[in-house]
Amino acid sequence: MTKEEVDRKWWEIGDFFRRNSLWMLMYCTGCCAIELPPAMTSAYDMERLGMGPMATPRQADVLLVTGYLSLKTLRRLIYTYEQMSEPKYVVGFGSCTINGGIYHDSHAVINQLDQYIPVDTYVAGCMPNTEAVMNGFIDLMELIKTKKADGWKRYHENYEWYKKNQLDSLGSIEVKDEFHE
Amino acid sequence: MSIGLSIIAGLGVALFGFVLQTSVAGLNRKVVARLQKRYGPKWYQEFIDIFKLLSKRATSHGWIFDFGVIMALGGIIATAMFMPITNNLLAFEGFDNFFIFVYLIAVGMLGMAMSASGSGNPLASIGVMRALTTMLAYEVPFMVIVLTIINLTGESSVSAIAQAQQLGGDFNWFIIALPIGGVVAVLSLMGMLGKKPFETYIAPAEIASGPMVEYGGKQLGMLFIMHEITVFIEVSLFVHLFLGGAENIIIFLVKYVAVYTFVNLISYVNGRFKIDQVVVFFYKWPLLLAVIQAVMAIYLGLVI
Repeated sequence: MTKEEVDRKWWEIGDFFRRNSLWMLMYCTGCCAIELPPAMTSAYDMERLGMGPMATPRQADVLLVTGYLSLKTLRRLIYTYEQMSEPKYVVGFGSCTINGGIYHDSHAVINQLDQYIPVDTYVAGCMPNTEAVMNGFIDLMELIKTKKADGWKRYHENYEWYKKNQLDSLGSIEVKDEFHE
Repeated sequence: MSIGLSIIAGLGVALFGFVLQTSVAGLNRKVVARLQKRYGPKWYQEFIDIFKLLSKRATSHGWIFDFGVIMALGGIIATAMFMPITNNLLAFEGFDNFFIFVYLIAVGMLGMAMSASGSGNPLASIGVMRALTTMLAYEVPFMVIVLTIINLTGESSVSAIAQAQQLGGDFNWFIIALPIGGVVAVLSLMGMLGKKPFETYIAPAEIASGPMVEYGGKQLGMLFIMHEITVFIEVSLFVHLFLGGAENIIIFLVKYVAVYTFVNLISYVNGRFKIDQVVVFFYKWPLLLAVIQAVMAIYLGLVI
């Protein structure tokens, strides 16, 4: 076997572990977040899939963006996404992350999440029901298996484009960092 | 046994502890799930979690951060090497003194404390401070009760204490012979394992996993391995000191699983103490009970 083949085999083994143990960071911004408690508790029992909530972005694998994003929360979302360790995946919930949903004409709300960070799976609906949420996670597992969940790679490759979109919407901010002065 | 063979046997004990505790923790996730009317994950879910973490890329926050993790894992493996599993299965003959465990287990804890402080996250520092405060709280009553046992048996070797209990038959276990001390020991064990009323230093909702807030990927995987071996050491100590040890490996496994599951079940129906409540609790009831038990056993000779 060549080195590429060996690397690919190792990556496939790693993918098996990664898709069977997805730790979530729940960035609960809107109403879709209400679908997560029934998915986690005895009704649908997400832990069967090896999924569980995590308290900090460093430990998490999946970022769940559940609802509309105002410009202020988007900035924190990007910080959070960039802190997560790779490989990392993003799941967008509901129509707000797809096209702005019912808040599409608000001055403070962004319409397409995909312009700012790469999204691997969307769960459609306003709000999606819990079966759809569970289905979305199964879809994400399937995408990881077929190596199509490569949003974190696309973020590296198209970083200029994402950065430009982020700056256009958010503007740059001066961070006063006393620690490093 | 030559020193080389002893070291290999010791590493085998550490590996055995890791595999055993990881499996038992996975089974316990299923048990807890049934308690909450859920189905629960696969029994080997914990192994998948650890291998996934080891396969991920990790951020470093400087060499103290990385070195502390290695020191923690190495310290805990070194502690586990001295642990007797049964009466005869023991890597270093004559070196299983109780105080070796007390001193060596601190190396692992301090390595983790150093590494977490090196991450520069204030939540990690708060978590470390709370972990060391909790340690200060549960160690005192536990020490009083173990020193009582050492006084009664005249031995401080863990396997010798286990054999002293076996000589008197099944009902000479110290959890029965010293009933008040047994209660104190269970409470201290819950503090050691970081189970629910005393898990203030993890506190995911308040301080985002405490000491582990900045760990992800490989370092977190190594800390998970460290945690599993630490739990193995603490539960095995309880089995040997209070439940009469084990003549063979089957008895050891049964006692080990029973103790861990019992503590875990208590844990999942409890809330969480604040850090000052943890300290006040341990210095009030368990310490009082431990001193009463010590006076009763040593000065009045009241041992069942």
